[in-house]
Amino acid sequence: MDDSDGRFSSFPIIETERLTRAFGQTVAVNALSISIHAGEVFGFLGHNGAGKTTTVRLLNGVIAPTAGAARVFSLDPTAHGHRIRARTGVLTETPALDPRLTARDTLRYFAEIYGVPKQERRRRVDELLEFFELSSRGDHKVGGFSKGMRQRLALARTLIHDPELIFLDEPTSGLDPVAIRDIHRMIERLKQRGRTIFLCTHNLIEAERLCDRIAVMAKGRLLAIGNIQQLSSRLDRGHRISVEVDAADLPRAMQLFLRTPPVVHAEATSNRLADRNGGAQLVLYGVSRHDVPRIIETAMQDGLQLYRVQPEEPSLEDVYFALQEL
Amino acid sequence: MNWEAIWAIARKDVTVALRTRAVALPLALVPLVLMVGVPVLVGLISGMAARLEIAPADVDVLSRPMPPGFDARYAGLNDAQLGYIYFIVYLFAPMYLILPLMASAVVAADSFAGEKERRTLEALVYSPTTDRELLFAKILGAWIPGALVGLTGFALYVLVGNLMTWYVAQRIVLPNLLWILLAFWVGPAAAALGLGVTVIASSRVNTFQEAYQIGSLIVLPLVLVVVGQAMGAFALSDGLVALFGLALWGVAGGVFALAASTFRRTSLMARL
Ligand SMILES: Nc1ncnc2c1ncn2[C@@H]1O[C@H](COP(=O)(O)OP(=O)(O)OP(=O)(O)O)[C@@H](O)[C@H]1O
Ligand SMILES: [Mg+2]
Repeated sequence: MDDSDGRFSSFPIIETERLTRAFGQTVAVNALSISIHAGEVFGFLGHNGAGKTTTVRLLNGVIAPTAGAARVFSLDPTAHGHRIRARTGVLTETPALDPRLTARDTLRYFAEIYGVPKQERRRRVDELLEFFELSSRGDHKVGGFSKGMRQRLALARTLIHDPELIFLDEPTSGLDPVAIRDIHRMIERLKQRGRTIFLCTHNLIEAERLCDRIAVMAKGRLLAIGNIQQLSSRLDRGHRISVEVDAADLPRAMQLFLRTPPVVHAEATSNRLADRNGGAQLVLYGVSRHDVPRIIETAMQDGLQLYRVQPEEPSLEDVYFALQEL
Repeated sequence: MNWEAIWAIARKDVTVALRTRAVALPLALVPLVLMVGVPVLVGLISGMAARLEIAPADVDVLSRPMPPGFDARYAGLNDAQLGYIYFIVYLFAPMYLILPLMASAVVAADSFAGEKERRTLEALVYSPTTDRELLFAKILGAWIPGALVGLTGFALYVLVGNLMTWYVAQRIVLPNLLWILLAFWVGPAAAALGLGVTVIASSRVNTFQEAYQIGSLIVLPLVLVVVGQAMGAFALSDGLVALFGLALWGVAGGVFALAASTFRRTSLMARL
């Protein structure tokens, strides 16, 4: 095994080749081919049933593929799952914590199960409890924990053996904003420490904010893969400019800009700041940053007052929905 | 073999099982009722009968063929005293096996079906163990409490049984070879069998209760042995007990082999 090599070379940590898993008629993962490198935060984005959880299971060798193959740390998950799992940490979709154990006992048992050296166990458990703000509840049974506390404990358990490769299956779903922010910070810290992260999510903002690269999945199929820029370049409609005018001028502005090439489409959208000040927001599609002077000039010639002109990057949301429509 | 992980999983199973009332209660109560309650109750009645020189109704078992050497050893005792000693040493002996059987079955029901019911299995499935190690860990986690409950029950029974035979007949009768065989050879096998059957049952059902109920059915043959003996169909001897132990180990081994050949985390997860 060449873990030290893999870390610094471009050797992929995860590689799949037409990886497929069917459950009867349902093809949960369909001919998936991806490769993920050391130190990457890789977003795995998709609706319910896209095949995210199934992929995590396949990569850890806890279910078997029906076709295709995968390599994790250059090992075959079907044959060497236990060796892969020794080096991965998996935050499962449901925390799978025993309500009768205390937080400390939970971490202690999993430290043993993952072979954390005896002399380090105590320190490691204390550190994680501290880090996830569970110290004061360390000796309480998990049965009485809130959802956020359970998720933090499950994340602590995932990290107990300081794994090189971390799978997070929807780590923030159902959490409040503060808990979500904490988990995002955690992910950023893990990234800084060079850990490779496979992040399953259906939260676009999360993926956009945290991930180096994103794979968009639907019904088991890979729709697109790349960083945000690469993904957005696949969209014509993605570039746009939002402008703010007087509410009374909205119909006139709409007509004016629709006659201004290369605008292909204009849409009135609500914008709280504009609405509050008697203005209205208009989003012009098909135009990008270098069209801003022309937009301003057109408005001036027509005597239309502009309060704000702002070019917008296509968001992952645009990409995501556009891809789903294809 | 990843012994550290195996041992940790087994210990975790024992710890959480003991914290569950549905598990801890039978584990404590059954030995108390069987190993203390029954011998004391029967002993008090027999003691009274011995003093009044009358034999209780069930003493007609004495007219059956006795185990070799029984008559010579206890010559000079009256029928009530003989009847009680026979009861303590032979008649009740098969019931002892309920302890390891029940204890391992209830812990196995908790750690296999219960884990499925509580949806905590997924965390273990992702552990760095092979299928064989994971199964072995779970088996060990149920077998150890089963064997321990058996040995504890044995110690209790030796104490209480001797106290009561002393009270009834001024004799110390335990442990004899038969009981040593029962405690150290047959009991551990019964623990293995009880949990083996429960493991198989757990793969078919979804709740702790169902698994425990099916696992407990294995107690029924023991009751048949007791009844058979009381009816005089046969008398327990050391050789018979040793053979019985061998048979139990054989059946348990078969059940484990079956479990090992069918236990795959990949098929478990495909059903989750
Ligand atoms: N064990 C299973 N048995 C039968 N069908 C399954 C099984 N696991 C997954 N599926 C099906 O495979 C598809 C993909 O499921 P998967 O759980 O991988 O999706 P997901 O992207 O994780 O979805 P979610 O966002 O809901 O968690 C779904 O249609 C699901 O019903
Ligand atoms: Mg999922």
